Amino acid sequence: MEQPLTKHIRPGVAPLNLEEYRKVGGYESAIKAIKTMIPAEVTSLVKSSNLLGRGGAGFPTGIKWSLVPMDNNNSKPKYLVCNADEMEPGTFKDRYLLEGNPHQLIEGMIISAYAIQAGKAFIFLRWAYKKAETELRKAISEAYKAGFLGGNILGSGFSLDLYVHSSAGRYICGEETALLNSLEGKRALPRTKPPFPAISGLFGRPTVVNNVETLSWLPHLVEKGPEWFKGLSLTSTGGTKLFGVSGRVKKPGLWELPLGITVRELLEDYAGGMLDQYRFRGLLPGGASTDFLIEEHLDVKMDFSTVALAGSRLGTGTMIVLDDKTCPVAFVHNIEKFFAIESCGWCTPCREGLPWVEKILLSIENGNGKTEYLDLLKSQVEYMGLGKTFCAHAPGAMEPLQSGLKYFYDDFVKHINDKKCPWR
Amino acid sequence: MLSESEIREIEEEIKQYPYPSVACIDALKIVQAHRGYVSDESVTDIAQILSVSAEEVEGVATFYSRIYRKPVGRNVILICDSVSCMIMGYGSLYDYISKKLRIEFGKTTSDGRFTLLPVSCLGDCDNAPVMMINNDHYNRLTIERTDEILSKYM
Repeated sequence: MEQPLTKHIRPGVAPLNLEEYRKVGGYESAIKAIKTMIPAEVTSLVKSSNLLGRGGAGFPTGIKWSLVPMDNNNSKPKYLVCNADEMEPGTFKDRYLLEGNPHQLIEGMIISAYAIQAGKAFIFLRWAYKKAETELRKAISEAYKAGFLGGNILGSGFSLDLYVHSSAGRYICGEETALLNSLEGKRALPRTKPPFPAISGLFGRPTVVNNVETLSWLPHLVEKGPEWFKGLSLTSTGGTKLFGVSGRVKKPGLWELPLGITVRELLEDYAGGMLDQYRFRGLLPGGASTDFLIEEHLDVKMDFSTVALAGSRLGTGTMIVLDDKTCPVAFVHNIEKFFAIESCGWCTPCREGLPWVEKILLSIENGNGKTEYLDLLKSQVEYMGLGKTFCAHAPGAMEPLQSGLKYFYDDFVKHINDKKCPWR
Repeated sequence: MLSESEIREIEEEIKQYPYPSVACIDALKIVQAHRGYVSDESVTDIAQILSVSAEEVEGVATFYSRIYRKPVGRNVILICDSVSCMIMGYGSLYDYISKKLRIEFGKTTSDGRFTLLPVSCLGDCDNAPVMMINNDHYNRLTIERTDEILSKYM
């Protein structure tokens, strides 16, 4: 089984330095792209590979890039931004790539910046990722010294400067337009779309924002091509994906596996199944903002389209497992409290609705719930659904709530009838 | 009044941007690195350097979780309270630390040594429960291990 993204990551050992990375073929793809391909060729390569964004939304990367104006006289400066603000509860995949192989990301960013002809690039990094920051800065300085970054890269005439911005901490910074406001030194409020960042992004200039895992694919795509990429997965979407499992399983962890592996394989073969004396009740397949899957979904393939058909989202591909000794109401309450705290406050349904939901859930959990609260929660799911709010924050927050109510309804009712949490 | 080195560092950041206010978050972080937090007076001082209103800087300062507008202790303990850490028992960890240091979330010990704060997911969920103390990351925490870790900062 091929594991292109992680094959050079050695857990517990320092990441490859530039010299070591060069020895395993590193930066050859950047050289190939810059010296032998025109930018449009790189974009068309990404398009034909159908690389879907790995940040959670699964938007086709090539299409995002192709929206960037390529008229050289009028469209500069342009920017490339790497979204490394990983903060979705239950998600720990970008940290692994950032700490484990920073040169792979830098090379991917050089290729991507070349494709859209961006002269400046930023890595918007989660503040808590101190080790990643150290490794990235070290790798960037090596890349400058070796001539892979800076002016006139390898005599090609293409120039790229790369900066690391360590975030000041807020979940909404992961929303790409909010991220751009934050990079501009402002409050991280999402922007109206359109215009999309590809047309008017950072400082009003064409900007592409891609996730760490997405950008890390570029060296491999340029080296081996779209057909190879498509062949990596077990489904029609190409590539492998970083999958993670946390919660009360025997071996929580992170693995690079083909898209299309089933939930069951991930849970049982890789995560080792549930800990002794704990029973599986459900899981969120791709972070806190995805709908629950339960027992009947264990044979669902972990791919964007198949998880969607099962009523959830692949999201970040890192699942959180709910066991029978954890209260589902407390589980959902914890998540809604997170989203309430992290709401940027810009639009009313989200600013007012999420804290309300959090309070209702807390009162149910504490045994003070009333039967009518359940309908109230359902109506909140409607009020904060897709299209009712300024960005996807609240709709994402509603996913575990609506499916939690659906699959664990009896547990909610029992809290209300017994006037206490059965798990306490 | 900002110190000369604070001003120098902020001006260094301003240089790389198209206009000064872009450096707002950098400036807040610089001041916080020097003073531990950002006072009202510092907000006004930063606003002056960036040529924006103090209200604008205040708006940014209060938006971000890792900018402190009140003094914090010499060591800031951040306990992850997100869902994976909840399942894996951050609650008992909090109870233990809280009892040991005799402070709740949001409070600082009377000797100014520790501030205890909750933090959202730290991206190490397969090693839950996790916490940070200052820039140091700790995972797979048990009460015994937490006790050992805390003693390093005592």
